[in-house]
Amino acid sequence: MNQARPKVAVYKFSSCDGCQLAILCLEDELLTLAEKVDIANFLEARSRVVDGPYDITFVEGSITTEEERERIQRIRENSKYLVAIGACAVSGGIQALRNWIHVDAFVQAIYATPEHIHTLATSTPIADHVHVDLELSGCPVNKRQLLTVIASLLRGRIPDVPPYAVCIDCKLNGTPCVMVAQDVVCLGPLTRTGCDALCPSFGRGCYGCFGPSDMSKPETLAEHLKGRRTATPEIIRRLRGINGWSPKFRAATEKLEKTTP
Amino acid sequence: MLPRVSATVAIPKPDLQQVFDNLRGSRLRLIGPTVVDGAIALGEIERTEQLPIGWSDEQQPGRYRAKHGAEKTYFAFNVGPHSWRRFLHPPRLTLFSAKANGKMTIEHDGEEPPRYAFIGVRACDLQAIAVQDRVLMNGSYRDPQYVARRSNAFILAVNCTKASSTCFCTSMQSGPRVTGAFDLAATELPDVFVLDVGSEAGSQVLEGTSWAPANAFDVGRATEAVQKAERQITREVRTDHLGSLLFEHLESPLWKEVSGRCLGCGNCTMVCPTCFCTTVVDTIDLSGRSERIRVWDSCYTTDFSHVHGGNIRPSLRARYRQWVTHKFAAWREQFGVSGCVGCGRCITWCPVGIDITEVLKAFRSTGVK
Repeated sequence: MNQARPKVAVYKFSSCDGCQLAILCLEDELLTLAEKVDIANFLEARSRVVDGPYDITFVEGSITTEEERERIQRIRENSKYLVAIGACAVSGGIQALRNWIHVDAFVQAIYATPEHIHTLATSTPIADHVHVDLELSGCPVNKRQLLTVIASLLRGRIPDVPPYAVCIDCKLNGTPCVMVAQDVVCLGPLTRTGCDALCPSFGRGCYGCFGPSDMSKPETLAEHLKGRRTATPEIIRRLRGINGWSPKFRAATEKLEKTTP
Repeated sequence: MLPRVSATVAIPKPDLQQVFDNLRGSRLRLIGPTVVDGAIALGEIERTEQLPIGWSDEQQPGRYRAKHGAEKTYFAFNVGPHSWRRFLHPPRLTLFSAKANGKMTIEHDGEEPPRYAFIGVRACDLQAIAVQDRVLMNGSYRDPQYVARRSNAFILAVNCTKASSTCFCTSMQSGPRVTGAFDLAATELPDVFVLDVGSEAGSQVLEGTSWAPANAFDVGRATEAVQKAERQITREVRTDHLGSLLFEHLESPLWKEVSGRCLGCGNCTMVCPTCFCTTVVDTIDLSGRSERIRVWDSCYTTDFSHVHGGNIRPSLRARYRQWVTHKFAAWREQFGVSGCVGCGRCITWCPVGIDITEVLKAFRSTGVK
């Protein structure tokens, strides 16, 4: 990406807007960012839209409607480098809880006029529909990690997005393990870092919002937690909280379900 | 007048503050045990009140509890989540920073090494420092940051007067009595610290304290206190032919069994006081300012064993085996000492409580030796 001002687009799919807000939360760097790139299409930030193709496209949210399924194809065709940002875009997000249940039941129970709701039966990640060049997980994404990605791409470098578990960052930071020292249930050993081990630094357990690390072994931790008197439904609930549809958490929770009376 | 080197003296416990003041007067930053987030960790301290006075700990595989009691003890606990390598071989170290503006301009050439006084170094950890000395200071490749930090460090060692259930220093011949190089080595008694003076610097920091030569009664009580700790140690590793035993069983099904229980999180390597592996990360910001940072790495991460053409240890079985065989077998060939000092941290801080002494016992019982 060597041209003067690469064009950047940010799109929203089914999501809460939190990851787009993470971009806007780059307050100290936002002016520099606007100098270095042309923020060509980012409706949450500005109404001006410059046509594509775009050099870097960030996509927030999961695919939950027929319209979204078509729109992501057009966006992909118009983008050189597509980055899925956040748990929804990477794994289907919280709304992927519908994937285990009949979505019609929700529609009937929640909406006054269910006949107006047109939705797919599933919430799925962007990579299920188009080629994704890079995935940044997190609920929301970490703004430092976002910045690293943009700065690296501007220099033609492969962004450094570590695949290992939160535990490593806890240890680098010197945070005593909350699970060992305080008996707090923590998904850190299963979860990809990127958050700088934020939750344990405040004495609470990781709830897995960055999804599985590359070596994540949820079944092994589940076995251990059962031995510590954490009930299986509670383990399933935690693993499904935000990234339940990611293949590793999904496989582990479905197996746990089968073995629960 | 000051005590001579190798003398044994006693000081009233409150005089430890005078020692702290003297060390700080020599512009040393004091690092010692202090209670952080429910654990007795290591941090910067200035006053003795910041020590874990009255605190103790209970350790089991995968479990640590810090507890406060009525007794005004200063060092009635064992090693915690941190080790001294945090300060001698820091987890993150900026090697240099640079600016890209057509050409590369070096803005900042490394960090000025801090000068430390380490308060309360236990026997196992003193041994661990000696192990890292061999790797980072006395071998063919000297790490200048380590050498500077290590050479300037003042060491106030402390003999353990209790042991945790996870301790096995006696098996690794590293404790509980402090041996090796220290400036002062203290044994805590209810009324006094009995101090072995290990260096000229150790003698000088007693300036202004009401030190007196330790009498036979104090020396006897100190010896008994350390023996009490020794008697509390129950975990054991048989070290005879341990290296060859492991190398002969590289294909044992035990590796798969243990790595099946392992989460692969890397915590054992991160808390180990002798692990020294690092990776180098280059960061860049929007303005083109870049930093090269050296960061602790672990043989449990996949990136660690990813080399040209693929990963040389693709399975967790292979990575677990690498760590254990390096610590207990290959290390001895490579550096002439054991890579394990028996501190027990990898047992306590393993989230699922994998016990290395049990693993080695299992190998022993399958082997012929």
